[in-house]
Amino acid sequence: MTTCSVSKGCFVFKPSTKKRRLSEKTANFRSPNHDSEDTELRFVTCQSLWSQIKSETEQIQEDLNKQLIDNLMSFLSRSHPDFQEKTTEWTCGMKFREIPTAALVLGVNVTDHDLTFRGLSDVLQDNITPYVALLDAKDCPGIKNLMQKLMGQLMNCDIEVDSLEDEDCVQVSQNRIRCSMPSLISWYESVTKKTDSETPSKKRNSSSRHWQTPPVVVIFKDMESFTTKVLQDFIVISSQHIHEIPLVLIFGIATSPMIIHRLLPHSVSSLLCIELFQSLSCKEHLSTIIDKLILTSRFPFKLGEKVLRVLINIFLYHDFSVQNFIKGFQLCILEHFYSEPLSVLCCHQGDAKKRVYSLSHDQCENIRKLPSFRRYVEKQESGKQIELLTNDSFLKEETEKLLEDLHVYHENYVLILRCLHVFTSSLPKYPLGKQIRELHCACLENQVWETEEYESSLQLARMLNKTDLVTMLQQCVEILMSSSGKEFDKTVEKLKELLTQFQNLEVAEASQERDVSISSQKELQKKTDLYHLQKTLLELKESRRSKKLTKFEMLRFEVVDYIDRLVRKYLVPADNRTLHEIVYFNAATVLRGHLNAAPRTALHTALNNPHWYLKNQALKCDGGGISNKAPDICIVYKLHLECGRLINLVDWLEAFSTVVMAAEEPNGDAASSDEVDDTIHARFIRAVSELELLGFIKPSKQKTDHVARLTWGGC
Amino acid sequence: MPNLAHPAYPSAELLHLESLVPCRESQVSMLLSIFGERQHFSFPSIFIYGHTSSGKTYVMQTLLTTLQLPHVFVNCVEHFTSRLLLEEILIQLQSCSSGTEQTSPVHCDTLNDFVRLFKQTLASQELQDQTVYIVLDRAEQLREMEANILPAFLRLQELTDRNVTVILLSEIVWELFRPSIGCFEPFTMYFPDYSIGHLQKILSQNHPPEYSADFYAAYINILLGVFYMVCRDLKELRHLAALNFSKYCEPVVRGEANERDTRKLWKNIEPHLKKAMQTVYLREISSSQWERLQRDGGEPGQLKGLSAHTHMELPYYSKFLLIAAYLASYNPVRTDKRFFLKHHGKIRKTNFMKKHEKTSNHLLGPKPFPLDRLLAILYSIVDNRVAPTANIFSQVLMNLVLMYCLPHLLEMESRQPQMQTFTL
Repeated sequence: MTTCSVSKGCFVFKPSTKKRRLSEKTANFRSPNHDSEDTELRFVTCQSLWSQIKSETEQIQEDLNKQLIDNLMSFLSRSHPDFQEKTTEWTCGMKFREIPTAALVLGVNVTDHDLTFRGLSDVLQDNITPYVALLDAKDCPGIKNLMQKLMGQLMNCDIEVDSLEDEDCVQVSQNRIRCSMPSLISWYESVTKKTDSETPSKKRNSSSRHWQTPPVVVIFKDMESFTTKVLQDFIVISSQHIHEIPLVLIFGIATSPMIIHRLLPHSVSSLLCIELFQSLSCKEHLSTIIDKLILTSRFPFKLGEKVLRVLINIFLYHDFSVQNFIKGFQLCILEHFYSEPLSVLCCHQGDAKKRVYSLSHDQCENIRKLPSFRRYVEKQESGKQIELLTNDSFLKEETEKLLEDLHVYHENYVLILRCLHVFTSSLPKYPLGKQIRELHCACLENQVWETEEYESSLQLARMLNKTDLVTMLQQCVEILMSSSGKEFDKTVEKLKELLTQFQNLEVAEASQERDVSISSQKELQKKTDLYHLQKTLLELKESRRSKKLTKFEMLRFEVVDYIDRLVRKYLVPADNRTLHEIVYFNAATVLRGHLNAAPRTALHTALNNPHWYLKNQALKCDGGGISNKAPDICIVYKLHLECGRLINLVDWLEAFSTVVMAAEEPNGDAASSDEVDDTIHARFIRAVSELELLGFIKPSKQKTDHVARLTWGGC
Repeated sequence: MPNLAHPAYPSAELLHLESLVPCRESQVSMLLSIFGERQHFSFPSIFIYGHTSSGKTYVMQTLLTTLQLPHVFVNCVEHFTSRLLLEEILIQLQSCSSGTEQTSPVHCDTLNDFVRLFKQTLASQELQDQTVYIVLDRAEQLREMEANILPAFLRLQELTDRNVTVILLSEIVWELFRPSIGCFEPFTMYFPDYSIGHLQKILSQNHPPEYSADFYAAYINILLGVFYMVCRDLKELRHLAALNFSKYCEPVVRGEANERDTRKLWKNIEPHLKKAMQTVYLREISSSQWERLQRDGGEPGQLKGLSAHTHMELPYYSKFLLIAAYLASYNPVRTDKRFFLKHHGKIRKTNFMKKHEKTSNHLLGPKPFPLDRLLAILYSIVDNRVAPTANIFSQVLMNLVLMYCLPHLLEMESRQPQMQTFTL
């Protein structure tokens, strides 16, 4: 598979339409074809960036699923150990031959399952068995369809494995085969026998990978949606033939494994030998993705705070789907490279340097138009200001420097963010959020040290105990050491110094305490009268109240202050950085419109305020009035908003004709006649039926000349 | 003195048969007397019913094979359409006595064809002088096929004019089969459940070769003592017996007890069996996992059963959609205003309470509700504003899929977007 196309991820489930879409996309990219804006180059950059990200996400997915797939493989390999070996052991005769079944709990993010299953079946076909069938509930409303689907998939996969030469004997058209278990069994026998008899030299690779009698794996992708009867029948049938064909079932479960017992009665579930496998939770998956894609300086492209929040909210509030998150991310990339001419500079540092110098004059003007750049210019002294605004080459030099600054800022930002997260994630009640993504959003939004949450988390951090503090510092040191740059050498040194101070503290404290206790005891041991005793006790009390900070507390303050200083220095929100528009995508509204559309609202706007979409000055209505120039359906819609649950068609028609006629005959002489013009009548009928089509009204049975409203509310 | 006696069959065979079907002698002798001699015409159709694993299939199969009567044995679940069923009968019939002869593919779509082909096959197979038995296992499936199948099978003898007897095996009574237009009444026969004594006798019959019959019988006795209360299914009991026998033998193998130390053995196995009842029997953990546990000597507590994983994470709005669906299906519409509106009118408390006390809504079950009501309730129970986005609507639909697995199930009614949740 080639991974160099932009539209690839978007249409990953419809490979057939890929080509056409691709050409469309490229055309779109080029359509505002000003050469000066480097469209071509932007397109290429976008493609390469996306292909990098795509391979990265696939890698992550693979790594995360590895454990699950390994477990499943070992389960499959021990599922039919003694098939064909005619064991005469006593227990085997007495026990049922249960069907080995894997219950795969995948979580509610149904959209992600497809990818998991495809990966799974690929791995199975490579390592265990060529006979894997994937069944969808929507294809199997009855047992007949299920058997058809199953046999179709199994027998096709056989053709793939075998080379073309035996095609004639295997390829029987599907409707001629009797879709029943016996024919499946005879097929299986013939297939396994064939691989046995084949000369080993000819078929070594394929037969060495699989065993003599590879199991037949049937995967039910979405077990919840299968009807009970189909499942039951299939299980009963296959349990009767389990001696003849080594079946293994895999149930994909979106909710909880209890569903098995709810779908299958005991008499059926007792035919299964169910083992449970659980996939990683989608939230963990998302954190890994965010960790690897967003909180890294590897990729030049960044998401703005609002955009990130939109993506995360869709994930948490709606679907829990990591695939959708990644697609959203892809959309952001596309949108950014498409709409921002300067995104040509959004690439790796080395390339960016070269590209800066080849920028056209128009692009330089674009840079000058950037709000962040203008702010920057205003801060400069007047001579430099003029240079920046008039001299292109000077601007380019400056831009290069600024881009480098931005890059350094990112690297530092991520490291310090992680350090801060180490602290905030262990505080009680998590004032800055438990996950690093929340902290990231907070830091991007505005200056985090000015928020109340930050203040309270610092307060809490000042109350941490020593062991926690030490481990956190150690973690921070590790994080900072992991970076390649030299920026943090001093910081690391400082932190290490603090750590040693903590260790010394232990020794010092112990000795000090001993001193104090001894001296106080000595004092008390002295012979005293009541007055003196009272006096000493009071002194003790006094000293305790105004107790000086211990060394540990001093040190703790120092640590927290140091962290605070780091935060103030490095976690500046990206909006404040010059040229941030080049790498940050901030168009949250566009994204929301694409990913989380509101069809009802859009429909209402279109009907209520046609000017919004049609951009016709004549339609611009003043206040709540109804313009007669609006399309008929809009007039009818507005009139219907004024009615109750049932609408009298005659009244409606009269109102409609009044509105329409209002402009045409302002005198109103002819309009007073009862007769309604035929054209108007026809227009009205058409508009009403359009409304019915859109689902706003329906004919009512209560009164024949009325229609019922299906929506609430009015103007 | 054998219980089975029939002049048509040699007594040695009958004796062998009797040993194979313990505790079913009376039924077998009854069947034999109905069958009569090989060439006699028998009753056209026999309906045998009885609870799960009361030996219907097994008895019929052993009877027919031991006495070498020409027969066809078909499972109606497996052959789920009438075409498959009829073709399977013909195929089996062809190979019935001709043995290894390669059968030509049969095509039989209707019952008319079947009768014709059936006559043909019988003519070619020289089976005319014997009764042919067609056994239809799980016959309750026949009711779901075309309406003519069941009545036709009941009077197949008459339709084909051949010496054939159809035997229907089912777990449900004949009254549930009878079509409304009436049909030929088969001879009905009931296989009663095995009693505990029967179970003991049948289970201990098949003891492992390494151990004595008495030892195994004692084990079965303990097993039945634990499981008889919950399970009378012979197959399941046999399965459980085989699973746990190795544990029972453990003390003997280790030499800590001999085969007669019943008390010691009982002490060893009893808690184990009780654990098995809570786990393996309910299929909470699978039998292979159970065996692995036994082998490794681990505690069954380590393995979590299926029902331990009930926790489920849902997206934020999905949770509220579920709550809204629940409220909409159990609350009457008139209370919506009171519960979900800020400025509702005054409530006449006493009146309301009285009505409420009469019937609990939970007893009446959930009621259908329109989609708009569900969404309106959702908007009012979620704290912040919910935009009516496409995602919310698709979530409603996704929940439809999801809720199949949750106890509260949403069901779209065909015409209107009316939904219903089922019991919590």
